[in-house]
Amino acid sequence: MSEKNYPEGGERVGVYICHCGTNIAKVVDVEDVATWAGEQPNVAVSREYKFMCSSLGQDLIEEDIKEKGLTKIVVASCSPHMHEKTFRTACERGGLNPFMFEMANIREHDSWTTDDEVAATLKAKALTNAAIERVVHHQPLEQLPVEINPNTLVVGGGIAGISAALELADGGHHVYLVEREPSIGGHMAQLDKTFPTLDCSACILTPKMVDVDQHPNITLLTWSAVEKVDGYLGNFTINVRKKARYVNEEHCTGCGICIEKCPFKVVDDIFEAGLGERKVIYRPFPQAVPKYPVIDKENCAYFLRGKCKACQIFCPTEPNSIDFEQEDEILTFDVGNIILATGFDLFDVKQIPQYGYGRLANVFTSLEFERMVNAAGPTDGKIVLRDMESSPKSVAIVHCVGSRDENYHSYCSKVCCMYSLKFAHLVHERIPDADVYNCYIDMRTPGKGYEEFYNRLLEEETHFIRGKVAEVTDAARTPEEEGKLIVQVEDTLIGRQRRVPVDMVILSPAMEAKPDSKEVSQLFKMGCDFDGFFVERHPKLDPVATMTEGVYIAGACQGPKDVPDSVAQGAATAARVAGLINLGTVMMEPVRATISQDDCSGCKICNNMCPYNAIIFHEDRKVSEVITALCQGCGTCVAACPSGVISGAHFTNDQLFSQIEGILWDVRPEKVPA
Amino acid sequence: MSEKPKLAMYWGAACGGCEISVLNIHEHILTVDEIFDIAFFPCIADFKVHHVESYDDGYIDVCLFNGAIRNSENEEMAHLLRKKSKVLVAFGSCAYEGCIPALSNLTSKEATFNTVYGENASLDNPDGIVPLTEVDVAEGTLTLPEFYHTVKSLDQVVDVDYYLPGCPPESHQIWAVLQVVVAGLLEGAPLPPAGSVVGVTNVAVCEECDRVKNEKNIEKFYRPYQIIPDPEQCLLEQGIVCMGLATNGGCGALCPQVGMGCRGCYGPLPGVEDQGAKMLSAVASVIGAGEVGMEEAELEEKIQAVVDTIADPAGTFYRFSMAHSMLQRAKVNGSNGKGEA
Repeated sequence: MSEKNYPEGGERVGVYICHCGTNIAKVVDVEDVATWAGEQPNVAVSREYKFMCSSLGQDLIEEDIKEKGLTKIVVASCSPHMHEKTFRTACERGGLNPFMFEMANIREHDSWTTDDEVAATLKAKALTNAAIERVVHHQPLEQLPVEINPNTLVVGGGIAGISAALELADGGHHVYLVEREPSIGGHMAQLDKTFPTLDCSACILTPKMVDVDQHPNITLLTWSAVEKVDGYLGNFTINVRKKARYVNEEHCTGCGICIEKCPFKVVDDIFEAGLGERKVIYRPFPQAVPKYPVIDKENCAYFLRGKCKACQIFCPTEPNSIDFEQEDEILTFDVGNIILATGFDLFDVKQIPQYGYGRLANVFTSLEFERMVNAAGPTDGKIVLRDMESSPKSVAIVHCVGSRDENYHSYCSKVCCMYSLKFAHLVHERIPDADVYNCYIDMRTPGKGYEEFYNRLLEEETHFIRGKVAEVTDAARTPEEEGKLIVQVEDTLIGRQRRVPVDMVILSPAMEAKPDSKEVSQLFKMGCDFDGFFVERHPKLDPVATMTEGVYIAGACQGPKDVPDSVAQGAATAARVAGLINLGTVMMEPVRATISQDDCSGCKICNNMCPYNAIIFHEDRKVSEVITALCQGCGTCVAACPSGVISGAHFTNDQLFSQIEGILWDVRPEKVPA
Repeated sequence: MSEKPKLAMYWGAACGGCEISVLNIHEHILTVDEIFDIAFFPCIADFKVHHVESYDDGYIDVCLFNGAIRNSENEEMAHLLRKKSKVLVAFGSCAYEGCIPALSNLTSKEATFNTVYGENASLDNPDGIVPLTEVDVAEGTLTLPEFYHTVKSLDQVVDVDYYLPGCPPESHQIWAVLQVVVAGLLEGAPLPPAGSVVGVTNVAVCEECDRVKNEKNIEKFYRPYQIIPDPEQCLLEQGIVCMGLATNGGCGALCPQVGMGCRGCYGPLPGVEDQGAKMLSAVASVIGAGEVGMEEAELEEKIQAVVDTIADPAGTFYRFSMAHSMLQRAKVNGSNGKGEA
């Protein structure tokens, strides 16, 4: 440890170099860094310690501030993501403003990246020096109190969104649940059984849907989409477009006579995955919530040709519930938090033409098969070929269609192995003498009761072929292949190519992000990754929060997930939001931009670039101003302002340039050369 | 000698415009003559260097030094005048931040000589003769000042009391500054703190510009001759690079108001380290290319296409401020990349 006396009034910086056990100390010579740091200007105390984040480490800081009159603190240790808050609080306990602190990351940015002790020690000095030179310019900042509106917006009415909405509503908080389709339920409503327990999906889901429908704390907006999001944590203003149903929800009793009397049918590409038909005025499925039907305007004879009106004629309510004049409504309401549970799509299997979907009739998608085995589905639960009559004697189930494939999605979709096993089981159950082949790359069954389910299938004598399917073809090479679909696959366990003739092929496509996920992420001003999945704040420790305060994510919009994981995430987001609602007021980081009102020329460079719409222009004074509460401190406007009149608190020019100078301490020129 | 305060004006690497701008303060020049004794002003009066050398240190009350430091003579005179002057003013853009001469910091001394004395359509120099600092002739040894690699601002060689920007400074600002200085010298009124930039508003030129400003979204940049700009609308919005947003006011926004984008001669605003970088950052922020949801690579291509329509970006954004910017000069040959003289 080194200690120096500095004149009264000057800055007295305390520097603490952490060993992090051996995480840092095994590569960085922490004693050397501490001694060296003690010799730098403004440094009054410099120490190294085994674990700065321990309470003893924190006490060191606290005591030094009190006893040695330190004015600024630098801790060189891990990422600020880990312990910035810890040390800021330690400074506060010592009597310093928490922002009089700077952290140098000599672990993730240094010791973990190399075995070269000399280079690592040099870099630790550079990072520490950068922090020392920066911290001298730190200014005390006060946190900003923000009130939390107790209402919450949940986007997406699948199982994750339902779960989040019910948790919050049951806790006494009001929820606006917005769903794009005419009914809530999501993908789970389309499933027959859920793995591994083989619960009837509808039987466990529909009670929850009914709860949502009847809950006094839930405003359910189906056939609706969020159009605009303004505001910030605690104070969002939401615009929702409620699309015209052409059915008056106040009068409709949901009796279904209109559906019965509608003379026109179309193929149902959405709920029935193209396997069945629906009327032009329809409910996606019998247990749909809400119960009100919707008119498919694009196929309605009245809208197309001005004739028919069968639904209106037969509607028994008084006044009549069918309203052809209905228009889209824009609803505006305020919420404090937002939970996104926008779900997923299935990979379009036509992108892999060698699997024959769309060309070979008896190649089905997993969703088609789900609808087929569903008792309420288009075949009343009968497993049939495309002719809708004959049952297959042999079925091949192809795993990893678009998953674990660098041409499509390199990730594992997590649920396909399990639902493919479930399919195999359902075929055994419904057609006991059928041969079932599961062609898989690796069998992935991590989860409670999942491996046991796999064992059960092994006992049911499913044929397992470990290998990626190369092709599905109808080009027979032998008499027994005639009239069959042949699955060409390398069986890697026996090391040879196999041609498996079957009657039916089911493709298990990848789960992928919704095609508009990028737009949605921009609407809600948070991030999505290259695959289109929304990005969590921390992959392990903060999986349901996003980098935007007040916006949370649950379910498959964040990445492939099964039902229990989605339910858990929905509940987790609800817990996070409920916590904030109960606080009522939260303190927000004071790292915000401000525009000097005397110096702004009103050039209007900044006004349209704020991702949070935090900059307003005063026409009368011809100057721009940042609304502090809206500002998230991203710094976009600070960098853009050509006059340098926007400053970012805690990221001032002085602070940043000193930091850069500090990091370059060993290479900066002494004097400007001639 | 009379008791009048002494005024000097000298030029380094300059065009002479600054001297003219002082003479252009109209009838006030008579007041200047009334108040001051001219101690050194080669443009208008016959003084020699030995006159200055003979003065006591601090003899000159106010020295207006214009022009950049391009060669050893400029530097020597800067040191001499610093010593002899109470108040040294970096007068005009060249002395303040290098201005047009400092654009040669984008290249090397050799390349500059090659353009001026070598490969140039208007030259005939088959022997490749270039100026040398010393040359022996029959009559003896002739000397010339040394031509430096790097053009510098005045404050990069001597301490400067005030900066008066502009290429050249506007006459009303010159007169306003002289009035302050006179009040200080004759009446003991407080002078601005040393190091101040004077004769400016310290708010961007846009404040003085009457053009209507909107939110900006630029899809293509034009050189001034390529477009007839709308007379009411902000020039930058119309794709003409106008440096007004990044430039200290005080000129009255003369250029943008007649349809020519501000060139930036009044230099950066207070607290801005690098005018060119600031403008570049602002322009980059308002390029309107691509659409929401577009792939990164495609977006980059679209943005690049817009950026490519900016002619001579270094010369545009750093037209006046190269020497004083963070860049200071481009890297040439030299091992430390500074291309020292």
